[in-house]
Amino acid sequence: MSFINLKDKVVQVKIVYYGPGRCGKTTNLEYVNRKFRSQIQSEMVSLKTHGDRTLFFDFLPFDMGQIKGYDIKIQLYTVPGQVKYNATRKLVLKGVDGVVFVADAMEKQREKNIRSLNQLHENLLAYKESIFKLPLVIQYNKVDLKDHGVPILPTSVLRRDLNSRLKVPDFEASAITGYNVAATLKKIISSTVVSIQKKLL
Amino acid sequence: MNYGIVSQEQLEQIDTILADKLIKLGVDCVIIIDMAGNIITAKDNGESKYDVYSFAALAAGNFATVDAMAKLVGEAEFSLLFHKGQESNIHFSKVDDELLLISMFGKDISLGFLRLNVVEAIEQIRKVWGSNED
Repeated sequence: MSFINLKDKVVQVKIVYYGPGRCGKTTNLEYVNRKFRSQIQSEMVSLKTHGDRTLFFDFLPFDMGQIKGYDIKIQLYTVPGQVKYNATRKLVLKGVDGVVFVADAMEKQREKNIRSLNQLHENLLAYKESIFKLPLVIQYNKVDLKDHGVPILPTSVLRRDLNSRLKVPDFEASAITGYNVAATLKKIISSTVVSIQKKLL
Repeated sequence: MNYGIVSQEQLEQIDTILADKLIKLGVDCVIIIDMAGNIITAKDNGESKYDVYSFAALAAGNFATVDAMAKLVGEAEFSLLFHKGQESNIHFSKVDDELLLISMFGKDISLGFLRLNVVEAIEQIRKVWGSNED
């Protein structure tokens, strides 16, 4: 749940990047951290293993400017993607306002995407949130691999697998080159802020 | 319940409690966060320069982890945590199911004295926060 401070006029919004292991959640945040450095006052926090896998979460606070006199502070989190870390994934989802589901477009990851999305649904239910109601954007990451000869799934297939019932905004992206990383972020921020406004009115 | 928005008056009351009970005592920085990692309020002695937003995210994660460990050993909760360093220390204490009070302090303050004051501060904060639910 977003926290609104009426005294200092600050709204804190929590957005979580969710998806299977090695799909590029941390890479998304790293790109945002580099690209929007001027709007970010602090360092990105990463809790990772020696092998550079996310252990608990990455955290990146981000100032979006003002809406109606309120400072909007966006807090970006990632979850650890590895299957065994579901307990920590669940902890990171506490109080979430919006989710970016990062899918891995590589052919061999097809089943993992679907499993991860199903688990997101279950994990949200534990907090009495519904995947059908929470602001959600899906990103089909790694589309650049096509140019390197790696077999990737066509977006139509990914869409059928992951977004046929949800029908949320989705983007092809390449977190490593930055393609559509900002577009994904802008979309989830606007959906989340609109949803918070609706809740308040 | 009106959690999510706290009135300006409530925040000011909480800030006063923190200043009277903890900052006056010599605590460098005190933060109240919720379990999702949002900052409810932060007060410092004017000298400390902590990145309180990152701190809140990490602290919430830390507390949630310890809470999960408590359940594994059959405890309902571990309601306080203390990290000791050479120069500075951190004390975490649960205010209620949603809120956490974190104090950062140097080696001049004894832990026992701090804990006494934290307990008193928490009692007062609960009263202010509880008035939300009326």
